[in-house]
Formats: sequence, C-alpha cells, structure tokens
Amino acid sequence: MDAPSQAAAGVHAGHAHAAPTGFIRKYVFSLDHKIIGLQYYFLALLSVFVGMGLSLLMRIHLIWPEANIPWLGHIQPETYLTLLTMHGTLMVFFVLTLAPQGGFGNYFLPIQIGAADMAFPVLNMLSFWTTFVAFCVMVAAFFVEGGAPLHGWTGYAPLSALQSAGPGEGLGADLWIISIALFCAASLMGALNFITTTLDLRAKGMTLMRMPLTCWTWFVTAMLGLLAFGVLLAAGILLLLDRNVGTSFFVPGGLVLSGNLVKHNGGSPLLWQHLFWFFGHPEVYIAILPGMGVASQLLSTFSRKPIFGYRAMVYAILAIGVLGFLVWGHHMFISGMSPYSGFAFSIMTMAIGVPSAIKTFNWLGTMWGGKIRFTTPMLFAIGFVSLFVSGGLSGPFLAQPQLDIQLHDTYFVVAHFHLIMGVAAIFGIFAATYYWFPKMFGRMMNESLGKAHFFFSFIGTYAIFMPMHYLGMAGHPRRYSSLSEVGFLHDLMPLQHFISIVAFITIAAQFIFLFNLFWSMFKGKKAEMNPWQATTLEWTVPSPPPHDNFGGMVPVVNHGPYEYSVPGAPTDHVMQTDPAGAVSAH
Amino acid sequence: MGLVLLVVIWLITLLSTYYFAIDKWAMLPLASAHGPAMDSWFHTTYIVVGIVFLAAQIGLGWVVWRSRDQGDQTKVTYSHGNTKLEVLWTVLTAIIFVGLNLAGARIWAESRFQGAAPGAVKVEVTGLQFAWYFRYPGPDGQFARTKPELADASVGNAVGIDDTDPAAKDDFVVGTLILPVDREAELTLRSQDVIHSLFIPAMRFKQDAVPGLMIKMHFTPTKVGDYEIACAELCGLGHYKMHGMLKVVSQADYEKWVAQKVAEKQASQ
Repeated sequence: MDAPSQAAAGVHAGHAHAAPTGFIRKYVFSLDHKIIGLQYYFLALLSVFVGMGLSLLMRIHLIWPEANIPWLGHIQPETYLTLLTMHGTLMVFFVLTLAPQGGFGNYFLPIQIGAADMAFPVLNMLSFWTTFVAFCVMVAAFFVEGGAPLHGWTGYAPLSALQSAGPGEGLGADLWIISIALFCAASLMGALNFITTTLDLRAKGMTLMRMPLTCWTWFVTAMLGLLAFGVLLAAGILLLLDRNVGTSFFVPGGLVLSGNLVKHNGGSPLLWQHLFWFFGHPEVYIAILPGMGVASQLLSTFSRKPIFGYRAMVYAILAIGVLGFLVWGHHMFISGMSPYSGFAFSIMTMAIGVPSAIKTFNWLGTMWGGKIRFTTPMLFAIGFVSLFVSGGLSGPFLAQPQLDIQLHDTYFVVAHFHLIMGVAAIFGIFAATYYWFPKMFGRMMNESLGKAHFFFSFIGTYAIFMPMHYLGMAGHPRRYSSLSEVGFLHDLMPLQHFISIVAFITIAAQFIFLFNLFWSMFKGKKAEMNPWQATTLEWTVPSPPPHDNFGGMVPVVNHGPYEYSVPGAPTDHVMQTDPAGAVSAH
Repeated sequence: MGLVLLVVIWLITLLSTYYFAIDKWAMLPLASAHGPAMDSWFHTTYIVVGIVFLAAQIGLGWVVWRSRDQGDQTKVTYSHGNTKLEVLWTVLTAIIFVGLNLAGARIWAESRFQGAAPGAVKVEVTGLQFAWYFRYPGPDGQFARTKPELADASVGNAVGIDDTDPAAKDDFVVGTLILPVDREAELTLRSQDVIHSLFIPAMRFKQDAVPGLMIKMHFTPTKVGDYEIACAELCGLGHYKMHGMLKVVSQADYEKWVAQKVAEKQASQ
C-alpha cells in the first residue's frame, strides 16, 4: 500500500466499524451492510414464496371453486379477496421493494462505489428490523378475528376506512395499515442512507459518471423512496385515524352501510386515491429501476461490450424518476376526477414511454456486435428486456383515457402490471441472484438448473399473462372471485383454466431455483474472485468480501464501469481500478 | 443457446400476436353512439403498438442470435454508442407516443368534456353493497331529495327518497336500467356506501360511483336489446355478483313503461 492510500484509509476508517465477533452482533443485529443486504434478501425470499402460495390458492379457486383445501376448506368469496389483497401487498412491498433495493442495493452499492459500509450503519440495521416487524404485523393480520383485509393492495376508502364494510376490515385492516406505516418509516431510513452513501462515500476517482448503472438506479430509487414513502406514511396515519378515532379524511357524510347510518362527515374518497397513487406510481419505478440497472450491467458484461450510450442511460433513469411523479392520475381516469386532469396525466404518461424506449434501444445496441455468453444471469437479463418491452407496450392502451374506459379494472391491467413491475422486476432479481451469488457466497450456482429455471419461468410468464390481456379486452373485471354471476364471462372460463394450469407448472418450477440456491450455498463449485471477468469494484475483492470490503485498502478508480474489449488492452476487460493509461481514459 | 432463445422469443411473439389478431375473445358487440370512435381508435393503437412490439421482440431475438459468442473469430465492436442514433430514436418515439396520444384525445374530449344535451333521458344510478338501483324522475323531470336516514331496502326505499318532497310523487326506482334507443341518456352516479363502478361493456361505458359525489355521465344506446352491467371497482365480498341489466327499448315502449311505472307509484300512495 502506498502512502497516499494509507492516509486515505485512515480517513475512511471513520465510516467503518470493527468486525463483531459474537453470533448475534454478526448475523442478527449486524451493522455490516452485506449481512443486512442478505437479511433483506431472505426476508424477500420468504415473502415471495408466501405471496406465490396465495396466488396458487387464487388460481385453484378460480377454476375449481369447490376444491377442498387442507386447513382452509372451501375458499369463500371474501377469502379470495383476502388472498389477492395480501398477495399484492406482500409482493409489492416485501418483495419488489425489498429484494432489488434493500437486498442487492445494500450489499453492492458500497462495494461498487468503493466504500467500507453504508454511511449510517446503525440506521441501516434499524431500517431492516423495522421492516421485519412490519412483515410480522402484516402476516399477523391473517390470524386475528375476521382475518386479513379484503380491500385490495390499493386500499381504496371508504371500503378500507370503515370497520363494518366487510370481513377483515376490523383488526386485520388496522394491522395492514400499521404494517405499511412501519414499512414506510423503514424505507425512509433506507433511502436517506442510500442517498448519503452515494453522494459522500465514493472512492477516489469514482465520479458520478463512472458509477455502474446499478448504482445510478439504486440512487434514483432511493430519491423516489424518500419522496413517495413519506406521502404514503401520512395517508396511512390519516386512514388509521378515520378508522379508529372518528376523523373523516376519506369518508364523506350521509353513508349507509348494511342499513346503518355512518357517523362521518366531510371526507373525500378521492383524496385517498391521490395520496395513494402519488406514492403508488413512483413505487412502480422503485420496483423496476434497480432491475434496469442490473440488466444494463449484465448485458454489457456478458456481451463483452461497453454499455451503449452510458450518458443517455443515466439521463433516461433521471427522466423516468422525475416523470414518475407526474403521472399518478392515470390510475384515476374514471374515478370521477376532472376529465381535463385526465387529459394532462395522459400526455405525461405517454411521455414516460420515451426514456423507457431509449433504455430498450440502448440495451439492443449494447448486445449488437458483441460476443454474448449465454450464462444463466444473462438469460434472465435478456428475459428482462423482453418482458419490459411486452409489459411496457400495453401502457399506451391504458394511458389513453378513451381506451382506458373499457380496460380499466379489467384483467388487461392485471396483465400489464404483472409483466412490467411484477415479473420483469422479478427477472431482474433472478438475474442479480445468479450474477452476484458467487460474490455473496463464494460458490457458483448450478448452470443447468439455472437454465431450466429460466426457460420454465420465461415461457410460463408469457403463457400466464398474455391471455390475461385477452380476458381484459373481453371485459373481464379483475378481483372477481367467480365468473358465475355475469353471463358474458362464461365464455372466458377456458382461458382461466389454461392460465391456472400454466401457473401451477410455473410455480412448481420456482422450486428448482430454491433448491439451486440452497444447494449451491454448500455444494456449489468454488467461485473465483472474478468468475464473469467483470470490471466493477466488487470483482476486485475476495468472495465473499471481508468485513470492511476492501481489507483496509482504499480503491482508486481510473476507468468507467464497462470497459470491455478495449482495443490494445491485454485482456478483454479493463477493471475500474486498473492503472490509468492502460487504455485511453474514459 | 442463441438459436434456442431466438426461436423461443419469436414463437412467443408470433403466438401472442396471432391471438391478438384473430380476436377470439372479442369485446362485446358495441351498441352505443360514441363506441365506434373508441373501437376504431383501439384498432389504430393496436396496429401502432403491434408494429413496435413485433419489431422490438423480433429484433431482440435476432440481435441475441447474431451477436452470440462464436469463438475466437468473433470480433467485438468497441463502441460507447452513437449520439446520432440516440437522438433519432428519442425523437421518433416521442413523435409516435405523444402523437398517438394527441391524435386520440378528441375522443375522450367529445365524450367527457361536455355534459348531456337538453332533452336527454335522466336516470339516477345508486350503487350499494351489492346492487344497482335506477331512479327515474317521472313526468316532472325532477328528482326528489334523498335522506340517508330514510334509506332502507326492507321498506322498499333503498335509495332513501324523502316522500315529503313534492317531486317524490312521480319518482320511481327499479332494479333494471331501461333506456330508449337512439336517445341520449344522462346518468347521475352516486353511491351509498363504498366505491362501485358502473361497467356496461357493450356501451363502452365505465364510471366509478363515488360516495359523496354526484357524477354526471352521458351516452346514447343505438341498438335495442339486453346488455349486462358489471361492477368494476372492488366493493366488498359480493363484488363479483353486483350484476345488473340494461334493457334498451323503442321510444314507444319506453314511454309506455314510464307511464305504467308512474301509475303504479301513484296508485300505491
């Protein structure tokens, strides 16, 4: 170590902390961003299997309403609504928000920018454990009297605001709101940490424009979280007050529920929708942006080519972040909101297609003329691009209010958001898992199992969600526990059958992943320091990295993040830390 | 592996497009005056988006196969991008997406920016867990005031009409929406408990009924017949069975029916 970097290490140590020795401080109440990242990841893994289990029950009920499920018996219509509410809530909050940002972001942001830890390790720990409590409170809703709420993950008032509006709207709904409020508080802590870390702890030479695109997406996602979760937190508190203290933020006067006059006056149900979607739309980008970062990183790495248009990619991420806050009203075209607002929100929504298209073009441009290695993480990154395109392109239908009149609240919407924010984001998580697993656990995942998992998931996803577009166009409303009561839905039953059968197969295939994950942790082939010949900082440290990431050294960055196949360079990849002058500076 | 991916992506793309194109699970045959413009715009969007979808997915499959690792003879093009291309496709997508939006906006404006013309048939629609009620004002054209404390389906006054209001004399409430053909209908949507949404697919009509709001909407049915109504906003455990019917009849039949209903109402008082 030369003198200047030793001096820098001294400064740096201010952010670091000594390695703990006891089990509890090392693995439970850990301050190490890597352990916290893994804690987030495994919490998301638990949530995704619970959420998937709920969707399995829904798919069974839709095609075999008389089925006798162990412990549950016949699923009642209200139980079906409970399943979809909890499925949506768990997936959106505890999977799509946690895994990409809390999990991979926590683990790899500090390493990729050359820091020893996050800026605020205690806050980081607090953020995870608050999230964990939120998860427990959410799951507890299943077990209280009346069960979990049935108001959908969007919790529209007054259905969510009145205890007598339906089964599950009692204590279950209170727990649901408290859980989300805790989740918001935890996310705010996390967001502060990510932003500060990105701005303050970058290693020497790691300029903003040399950050891997993954860091850009975690950074912008954190800013979205900071602005969006605060609003949801406020909305949640108001809803809790309406339910329990007798305030009327969301409940107007003159309501009659099951023959009883409701004692509220002066609230507005649309206020909830505005607040909820002011959070809810940015949330879509919170879920998908890190996936975009991962896709960019992987497409470049496995094509052995620099990312096409790095700067344009950064601007597109920022544009998506800004526009993401200006489009929430497109969820409310037929809510009774002014039709003039609908027109304005519609234009902003179509505009957000532009940066999204830039990203797609640039991903194709990155692969074009490359030398693609079809590893499992690469397959999932390619799958991400395909799903992102397919899910994105149903957007222009829904974004035009004159078409949304027919499609709103039908299966077309279900298809749209599952492809783009659900499965595309999940493919980003899978890609990241297969890619970073060797770094996190020091072993490789099995490639054959990985490829089988990819093809089952990729084909299965399309076979499940493409037909949902057809259902929606035929007018099938979403959140229907049965098709029996509406005549024009009877003809759609064969499609529902097809979707359920494919869903069973695709869900079963996820156990290939689960097996591969845990088996490889102990039995996988030992991983080298840089098994993918990638260029970013995490591949310059041992697998898994030491407690302070760089073993007391402070990396100095001399190159951009994606210098592959540089003419004249000795290998086909130039590490970010390689000495300057090895290639023309970038 | 590149070839396998190409085949899988292309097959998925072509199969999806095929099923979109044959329209096997079609929208219900339309029967309203504003419907044809919506359906034709749907098809325009469909073609534009379809072309982009095919181009992007076919292109993806092809790029992936074309750029596969073919051993040592593969020469990687070292490039950080191409500003001209970036500008080209940014401008192009902006024109396509925003242009598509602006070109279609008049359809939304025509149906929503203006109210119903004078002389439209007035009906008040009330949603409550889990039924639709339709109130007609009778010959006086006035809806009597309602009071929530009077609402009680068990005494036949589900929407809470205040009988002390003189306008209540000829108001009548039914469970099926009956409208005359080729005459504009003005619906006033309200809800008594939670949010519901009146969805009449054949009319290409959907509008939330929001507690606390009186939302006025209008459309003109163009074909005599029976059409299903569904609730499109999650409203509780019976959401899936909050089903209703719209019956479109001739003008003469409509007038006869109204007269009969008013007579029934007055006989009962």
